[in-house]
Amino acid sequence: MSLTRRDAMIMSGVAVAAGATGTEAESAPASTRPPPQADIRLTVNGQARRLQLDSRVSLLDALREHLHLTGSKKGCDHGQCGACTVTVNGRRINSCLSLAVMHDGDEIGTIEGLGRPGRLHPMQAAFIAHDGFQCGYCTPGQICSAVAMLEEIKDGIPSHVTEDLNDVRYSADEVRERMSGNICRCAAYPNIVAAIDDVHGGRA
Amino acid sequence: MKPFTYQRAATPAEAARVAAEMPGSRFIAGGTNLLDLMKLQIETPGHLVDVNHLGLDRIEPTAEGGLRIGAMVRNTDLAADKRVRRDYAVLSRALLSGASAQLRNKATTGGNLLQRTRCPYFYEPSKPCNKRVPGSGCAALGGFNRNLAVLGTSDKCIATHPSDMAVAMRVLDATVETVSPDGTTRSIPIADFHRLPGDTPHIETQLGRGELITGVMLPAPIGGLHVYRKVRDRASYAFAVVSIAAVVAPGRARLAYGGLAHKPWRVEAAEALVADGAAAVAKTAFAGARTTPENAFKLPLAQRLTASVLADGKV
Repeated sequence: MSLTRRDAMIMSGVAVAAGATGTEAESAPASTRPPPQADIRLTVNGQARRLQLDSRVSLLDALREHLHLTGSKKGCDHGQCGACTVTVNGRRINSCLSLAVMHDGDEIGTIEGLGRPGRLHPMQAAFIAHDGFQCGYCTPGQICSAVAMLEEIKDGIPSHVTEDLNDVRYSADEVRERMSGNICRCAAYPNIVAAIDDVHGGRA
Repeated sequence: MKPFTYQRAATPAEAARVAAEMPGSRFIAGGTNLLDLMKLQIETPGHLVDVNHLGLDRIEPTAEGGLRIGAMVRNTDLAADKRVRRDYAVLSRALLSGASAQLRNKATTGGNLLQRTRCPYFYEPSKPCNKRVPGSGCAALGGFNRNLAVLGTSDKCIATHPSDMAVAMRVLDATVETVSPDGTTRSIPIADFHRLPGDTPHIETQLGRGELITGVMLPAPIGGLHVYRKVRDRASYAFAVVSIAAVVAPGRARLAYGGLAHKPWRVEAAEALVADGAAAVAKTAFAGARTTPENAFKLPLAQRLTASVLADGKV
């Protein structure tokens, strides 16, 4: 999608439309003006969704507050903890550090799309089998991250601990480095690594 | 977060023009730094120009035998590019040492060059900061400054540039390509791209109003052993305390440092002294350093890093 400036004005809705009529809007205090809105289309877990959102809404808040997919968690809201990890067009990102409006047209994957009670994703089953959590708050982010992380290894993407940049192999050290963007304050790390190891080895 | 309007630009020149025309505009690429700062209201743009859809996401060979990296190439893709891994491994290594996988999947080449300092006082609105509020003062000078700059500082600012990637770009003599609001393009050597703080620490680069980074050019490969060594307080997902990007071979070395200054620090005259050892290199490279009791350790640490990469390269 490419937009002209005029489209941007339209997208920004009432605030700018009012501005175009002249002085009334300009003299109105900023707090009384409705914030700019955007009309966006997402594909979330394979389903087409359409939303009218304040341009400030993060992808995480769009998922949680507007689509009621509350599996993705808000931990730090600054891209430091990884609890909000989802996939966008197959790649894991921090959904708190991205605006929903920037994802118009994108495919989003959340924990709800991975598995359900009764038909869990192998990574979910392995986390349960290995007690890969205590409080569970970071777990949806850990699982989304771990599933995408194994794909990154499969795709040959190197990491900081990869000894030979041209020879990417799975190892527990690779898992620890590649999962460093997902913090677990209960420190279930050894069990998280064990769960991921099972999935990698086809044991879950 | 303050309200803002948003638009996707269709071409680089249009993005630059709109950014110059609309008051309070900012480009948004990966957003991993800008949105963080917007949530803290350290950045309060009135208009965001999304530059993710301009076709600047490719890495292409140049006629000179180098590579042109589009400004929107993600850190993950740049680090994993087969040509970069083979011919510019120091760049792959630097990128992979930074941030987390989630952030590298989003963060861009252009945005990485423009990321703001991680000085704690820049992030703390209750404290003065000449970078955040020009003329307000610098709380870091007499504050907690263990991780702040020791070279090229001023009495207005001792912030460091946090990028690992930029340090590797500096050692590789990269060139930053831009487009201006009037449609003209120019190339800026990475050595000149970032500024020292001086009296205007809030002006961090040579970019003019509305000027957009379109790519980064790497010259033809120079061979040698490529090393990026990063000392940090955690083994992963932490900014550098001190880092070194090095391309070394018997008898010669290129050395650039991170974590020491407001920009990647490289002193070519010091590289001519590698045969005399790390102490000789450090004496010239770190001449004029100004330290505090908390961050004075950075200089001997950087010298030891120098010694280690010279040993690696059997210089």
